[in-house]
Amino acid sequence: MSKELDADQVAGNGLLDRRVFLRQGGGIIGAVGAAVGLAGYSRPVEAETLVVPEWTKKPGALFEPYTQPSKYETKVARGPIPPSPYNGIGPGSVRAPLQHLEGMITPNGVHYERSHNGVPDIDPAGHRLLIHGLVKKPLVFTLDALSRYPMTSRISFVECAGNSGGMYAEKPAEGTAQSLHGLVSCAEWTGVPLAMLLEEAGVDPSAKWLVAEGADAAAMSRSVPIEKVMDDALVALYQNGERIRPANGYPMRLLLPGWQGNMNVKWLRRIKLLREPAQTKDETSKYSLLLKEGKVAQFHFPLDAKSVITKPSPGVNMTSPGLYEISGIAWSGNGKITKVEVSADGGKSWAEAALSGPVLSKAITRFRLPWRWSGGPAVLQSRAIDETGYVQPTREKLIGLRGSRSQYHCNLITSWGVAANGEVKHVYA
Amino acid sequence: MFTRSLAFTAALLVSVAANAAETPNLGTPITEAEAKAWDLSILPNGEGLPPGRGSVQQGELIYEQKCQGCHAEKGAGTPADKLVGGQGTLNGDVPPVKTVGSYWPYATTLFDYIRRAMPLAEPQSLTADEVYALSAYILNLNGIVGARATMDAKSLPKVKMPNRDKFFVVYPGRFP
Repeated sequence: MSKELDADQVAGNGLLDRRVFLRQGGGIIGAVGAAVGLAGYSRPVEAETLVVPEWTKKPGALFEPYTQPSKYETKVARGPIPPSPYNGIGPGSVRAPLQHLEGMITPNGVHYERSHNGVPDIDPAGHRLLIHGLVKKPLVFTLDALSRYPMTSRISFVECAGNSGGMYAEKPAEGTAQSLHGLVSCAEWTGVPLAMLLEEAGVDPSAKWLVAEGADAAAMSRSVPIEKVMDDALVALYQNGERIRPANGYPMRLLLPGWQGNMNVKWLRRIKLLREPAQTKDETSKYSLLLKEGKVAQFHFPLDAKSVITKPSPGVNMTSPGLYEISGIAWSGNGKITKVEVSADGGKSWAEAALSGPVLSKAITRFRLPWRWSGGPAVLQSRAIDETGYVQPTREKLIGLRGSRSQYHCNLITSWGVAANGEVKHVYA
Repeated sequence: MFTRSLAFTAALLVSVAANAAETPNLGTPITEAEAKAWDLSILPNGEGLPPGRGSVQQGELIYEQKCQGCHAEKGAGTPADKLVGGQGTLNGDVPPVKTVGSYWPYATTLFDYIRRAMPLAEPQSLTADEVYALSAYILNLNGIVGARATMDAKSLPKVKMPNRDKFFVVYPGRFP
């Protein structure tokens, strides 16, 4: 390792200044930057003889109405598919392949799914949205009617409040970024502000909450405070430019940016304005936090700041010593991510990562940081900080506050242990 | 001229006000009575509970026919959620057993949830009497109501759940 490289090390165990790669692009050419070059980057061992490949020597396939990913990308898939103990029906969830994705947007085909009794087969012509309860004029909307309303788009993450629940366990669970943290995804959602529809129905001043209900076989329902609805709730009709996928709520879902995924009711069919919460099964017996001494924290809605490194991560191992880019995702249900810090020595020292824009409130933010891996053992961690000043907690801190039996809202710092052979495993540090 | 200009300004203001409030208004009005066909929500005060009644004994028979397959005998659980027991497991370090008896804060949630979502293969197939009876049976299994209890729109909201006072509301505050 040259002296010039040492100058770029900003934290222990080989973490380099986040601007190192930028210099390569000609953006900031300085004496140090120029000297860094790509020295030490692992290159193919020897040049191969270039041949003209077969696919270049014959015409390719013609047009398809809706394309699919390359057949070589089968690992980019939702999983694990849970077994059904109820003869092929019932509740469950399936996770997004975080370690195989880049950027901030989750492709529609691999968006995570939590469903409580399967995905209903909804004919959009027969679907209705009912708004009633404490309103002057109860209303029923068809999809065609809603499609004529002015639309709003926003990029927002949706995360199941049960995501990462395994991190409360006493011993580190074996798994990948997907199996441990894959109940989060991020998409551009487009639809009608719910506030506009409520205005048309005329909300009674006594209405403080509403209960939203799905048209699925669980008629899944959650209570939502009216302030949140007036702030940024959408009746979303589109996901990344196309109609919402059936698994994510076709033909319409409630979008409550930054709040428990379960509240973003899919297959939305009914909204009832109420004075008080309905105390449904999913807001009492589930999605509440059991604390020390048996107290239960209910209606903790936003998902606090969180991050995870996706590259490297279990299954996305290191190959040979040299220069790498650490890449990961961060998000907060309370606003924008302002900073992500990365450690390669188990939290002893930290380096600030580069945030890959756009950095949007309540959206996934990609972070990156150059790392020169010496080939020795390392423990990689990331911690997110959001615009409210909240810092993603260590495992010790979070469990100290809540105990280890809360099950939900687990946002503690994840540690990936890198072994000398390059293998990456989930560890507690 | 002054009058005309004033009138024009007034007209403009009216039109701006009208524009500010203008939305497509494409919802079809419906009466609350008509909406009832879809209204499944039951509030903790009993609002929404339909007429009907059911006893613990009736509930036991329905449970054996329609629920036991997944929730096991007397609500012992697996593969579906355990419905009874767990009292005393919510403190300390033992793994918590969260059931209707040990955890649920409101009895009305039983009616709301069973009617909308159970049985898994045939949701919304039970009559109001059957849902009252199943609620009574599950409450009795947990020792919350007696063996001769009957549940209806009056009695169910009055049932005090043992874990009710352990719940506290975080919103609109923040939680560590």
